Amino acid sequence: MSDDHSVAIDSTHHHGTVKSYILGFSLSLILTIVVFACVSQHVFSTRHLYMAVTALACAQLLVQLVFFLHLSTRSEARWNMMAFLFTVLVIVVITGGSLWIMYNLNYNMVH
Amino acid sequence: MTESMVHTRCPDVSFSKEVFGFWIYIMSDCILFATVFATYAVLFKHTFGGPSIGDLASLPFVFIETLLLLTSSFTYGLAMLARYKENKQQVLMWMAITFVLGASFIAMELTEFAHLIHEGHGFQGSAALSAFFTLVGTHGLHVFIGLLWMILVMVQVARHGISSKTTTKLACLGLFWHFLDVVWIFVFSIVYLMGAI
Repeated sequence: MSDDHSVAIDSTHHHGTVKSYILGFSLSLILTIVVFACVSQHVFSTRHLYMAVTALACAQLLVQLVFFLHLSTRSEARWNMMAFLFTVLVIVVITGGSLWIMYNLNYNMVH
Repeated sequence: MTESMVHTRCPDVSFSKEVFGFWIYIMSDCILFATVFATYAVLFKHTFGGPSIGDLASLPFVFIETLLLLTSSFTYGLAMLARYKENKQQVLMWMAITFVLGASFIAMELTEFAHLIHEGHGFQGSAALSAFFTLVGTHGLHVFIGLLWMILVMVQVARHGISSKTTTKLACLGLFWHFLDVVWIFVFSIVYLMGAI
């Protein structure tokens, strides 16, 4: 097994290693257990619970993007990163915009 | 077989044109899911007097589904590592395990849907239910198609061994499979967990 200097990627061969997959899986597992436990045990107040679920979901997204999908800023992966960032922008505009519009429409129907 | 033979005979295609093209498709699929999520966000409270989605769902059940899909993503990663070692039998073994985990996920989801419909909470029941079935159903349909595709790739690898062609197919299926687990993170967080708060 070649040496990997970065924990997420085998730097010589541009793919994951057993260690990186196990690490990604373990982190995802922990984040999943924590978030389900927080909600089912109602560990925080309602508002903080929403924030916690959002934060833990985003954390697990990052873990899976890095360890499973090998997203990084390495030169081979750079265009993947660009496409991903653009997609995030499109999603923010479309989803955020839709929610804003629907909220606005609903407001005008009610008041 | 030495390490150097592995990489001259079958180069890594992870960042080839074909796989990048598939990545672009995955990005467009993310946008599709985002719009379905937006629809769910607008409609989930409109239950037409019925119970909320949170009331209808069982967290332990969803937790098991999540573990199945998450583990299947991990085992597919192990299949890819076996590919880099050019170990055809191991690739097929890990893919078979991934398939079983994914099929179990689908079985659980179908059970959940059947139960909801049987109890009178079908997709025609309310806007919230329509949105729920559309979102969770679209994800489930993707997983189902992924499973069919997985069988096809397993047959290809069994017949043609590990070549740059089959590696490209394995890489694309891998992107698809990991992406489905990523979308599931948001499904269980937004639909089930936030529904239960």
